[in-house]
Amino acid sequence: MTAAGRISDILWRNPRLLLVLLITPPALWLGIIYLGALFALLAQSFFSIDEFSGLIRYEWTLKTYGDLLRPANFDIIRRTVVMAALVTVASAIIAFPIAYFAARYARGRWKAVFYLGIMLPLWSSYLVKVYSWKLILAKEGILSWAFETLHLTWLLEGYLAIPLVGGNSLSVSPTGTFIVFVYVWLPFMILPIQAALERVPASMVEAAGDLGATPAQTFRTVLLPLALPGVIAGSIFTFSLTLGDYIIPQIIGTSARFIGLAVYQYQGTAGNIPLAAAFAIVPIVIMGLYLWWAKRQGAFDAL
Amino acid sequence: MRSDRAPLWLRIAAGGGLLFLHLPILLIFVYAFTTEERTYQWPPPGLTLHWFGAAWNRPDIWAALGLSVKVASISTVIALVLGTLCAAAVSRSRFFGREVISLLVILPIALPGIITGISLRSAFSLAEIPFSFWTIVLGHATFCVVVVYNNAVARFRRVSGNLVEASMDLGANAFQTFRFVILPNIATALLAGGMLAFALSFDEVIVTTFTAGQQQTLPIWMLEELVRPRQRPVTNVVAMVVVIVTFLPILGAYYLTRGTDTVAGSGK
Amino acid sequence: MSIAVSFQGVARHFGAVRAVDGVDIDIAEGEFFAMLGPSGSGKTTCLRLIAGFEQPTAGSIRLFGAEVRDLPPYRRAVNTVFQDYALFPHLNVRDNVAYGLMIAGQPRAARHRAAEEALEMVALPGYGARKPSELSGGQRQRVALARALVNKPRVLLLDEPLGALDLKLREAMQDELKSLQRRLGITFVFVTHDQGEALSMADRVAVFNEGRIVQVGAPEDIYYRPEVPFVADFVGSSNILPPALTGLPRIAAIRPEAVRLAGTGLRATVTAASFLGAATRITLDAGGTRLTALLPRGAARPEVGAAVHLDWDAADLHQMAGGA
Repeated sequence: MTAAGRISDILWRNPRLLLVLLITPPALWLGIIYLGALFALLAQSFFSIDEFSGLIRYEWTLKTYGDLLRPANFDIIRRTVVMAALVTVASAIIAFPIAYFAARYARGRWKAVFYLGIMLPLWSSYLVKVYSWKLILAKEGILSWAFETLHLTWLLEGYLAIPLVGGNSLSVSPTGTFIVFVYVWLPFMILPIQAALERVPASMVEAAGDLGATPAQTFRTVLLPLALPGVIAGSIFTFSLTLGDYIIPQIIGTSARFIGLAVYQYQGTAGNIPLAAAFAIVPIVIMGLYLWWAKRQGAFDAL
Repeated sequence: MRSDRAPLWLRIAAGGGLLFLHLPILLIFVYAFTTEERTYQWPPPGLTLHWFGAAWNRPDIWAALGLSVKVASISTVIALVLGTLCAAAVSRSRFFGREVISLLVILPIALPGIITGISLRSAFSLAEIPFSFWTIVLGHATFCVVVVYNNAVARFRRVSGNLVEASMDLGANAFQTFRFVILPNIATALLAGGMLAFALSFDEVIVTTFTAGQQQTLPIWMLEELVRPRQRPVTNVVAMVVVIVTFLPILGAYYLTRGTDTVAGSGK
Repeated sequence: MSIAVSFQGVARHFGAVRAVDGVDIDIAEGEFFAMLGPSGSGKTTCLRLIAGFEQPTAGSIRLFGAEVRDLPPYRRAVNTVFQDYALFPHLNVRDNVAYGLMIAGQPRAARHRAAEEALEMVALPGYGARKPSELSGGQRQRVALARALVNKPRVLLLDEPLGALDLKLREAMQDELKSLQRRLGITFVFVTHDQGEALSMADRVAVFNEGRIVQVGAPEDIYYRPEVPFVADFVGSSNILPPALTGLPRIAAIRPEAVRLAGTGLRATVTAASFLGAATRITLDAGGTRLTALLPRGAARPEVGAAVHLDWDAADLHQMAGGA
């Protein structure tokens, strides 16, 4: 009997042993490195920074969380959550027709076109995608050129003059930040909606029509409720990704800070890891609440 | 009767949506050839191949590219091993803690990248681990596991029941069954998962900024250029090359898993 | 004749579920043995216990006299034809059939020759280069059979092998399996929920219910002399008559085709009649007991609602052990 045969016999007699052998390396890696790091983050958020020396004081304190509630920091949180909510709504509106078409009408060749058409932008370089919008939104870029060619420059300038959403040019306005967020996270919204809609039998839509519903009524009473778990699943992505991003607002937009940017800056130049850690806890808490709510809506069946 | 033709508004909205997703990326290709050096002027005043040569002769780009390839390769290998083991265990049987394991695998990608990044940064700071090549790999491998796992787990489920029993019934022990039945059946899924993991790692910037210290991967090099532009046309060229380089593994993964139960890419 | 497979007090529990709950069987070498029962009755688990895919919670399983408790499937001289065939999708038909010989270390040329012979035996010569996905259901079934038989197992286990085939193919395969078994002299253990299949092919049938064997015997015994109401009801569709209708001390079973319409006898009312082609089935009510009778072609067909008398040969009425 070979050694391999003997080991194989032992594994057959003890199925648990095989399971333990399989699961131990990934469990150790994720448990130590990832969970360990998350605990380190939590621990750091309960430390504080010595304002004079700039060094971290390793004593348990809630002082750093107190700093979060200072008006400047609270503004950052509010701004981020509002942006995340707007981005989520806009993504859902743009994503729905694409997902619906791909799920219900695209067949054969077109199915592949739609699949790759969603997958390629999803996987292509995040930075390149952000960068392409810097080109588009620049003052001398293609969008300004398009407005000029159509003799609509007055419209663009009028819009940019509006406070809160406008700015010097689109690439340094909150609107610019918003557009880029929607663009970058859109595929994350399309896929779950598509998955949810693919499970709706076409006959169900026909049945609604057969029973006298107009297309609009069918949409409201049949499609939308059935697609809702997909929308919620997608919104988990768009919301969470917007909450945590620090690169887009840095490159496109005003200098107003978002949570991600605050985390990045506090841990970097300021060296204030405790405050950065406390800031990072905020999206975790928001997402935790959101996930809890989404789970109750049955969103995870569509993942 | 069933209408197989979508209404006009839907076709316009869906087609428009797809264009919205693709036009910006295509724009990069035009900008790589522009003669304009200081601004993002449109339309380009002229076209040139000059910047390809300029980018080719930049040692900093080559160094960043080299680091990115090295990090992505090693992270992919680690992710392949861990993701395959995990998928094998989860698909084999129901066991206590199974849900915990699958949650643990998904968590690094479900939470915003900045959380993973700042967590690792906090841990390195607490444990006084200096930044190095391996601190980057540690982060990348962690979030790449899920990509391999997602690709492998469905395929494992299909193989793990009857085919494994049939193989053992015909006299093959566990190792022979793995080599002659399981491996050939999951190979394409693993290859696809590996390609996607490579693409994911090659492009990653959010976590990397927290784990790299002063080292420059290609995405970090690009980020620097975006925040403080030095030679814009060279950045355009690099951006175009990155688009092409990341498209290849994605197309490859798509063709490898086409027509099977899971198609690649569902795990980003 | 020696005993090929022997179960003594075998049980297999999955948590609180008693899939197999105290089974004793002796299957003789060279026998065509059927395990018959509804789904969830424990018959498939028994097959998997023989193959080694499950281990018994209690009891002893012997193959040719040797205890196999600690033997993994790859060390048992049995082979299985799976319900869904479980052909390896990445291998062509030849390599599927030769898989066991490859594992056993036979050189390529020899095992390819043996595979081709096995394919000829199941009437698929020249199919070696095809992929399983290019075959029909019936052809896959034959490949699965060849893949098991090429290893010359001492016991062949068949798990509902005909379940996925259409009726015509199934009948043809029944005859073929039967003659194959005769020719090779291998012990066949055949699991099915189809009573017709079990009765037509097997030398002996074990009827399973709720993890236990309720009756073992030759097909004729199972069909005509059911020992418990479950067998009477599951195998064919017997009428079960309480003592009040028969005058016997215990409840008794009678086959529908043994019930005749007559001038005298048990009084009953016709509640339904349906033409089946070869016969007419009528449903009757006799003092609250529901009965069916199968009337041969040409017999007079009563109207629904008509009052009739029922009669039978005493030999066809079979008293059972269990209660009502």
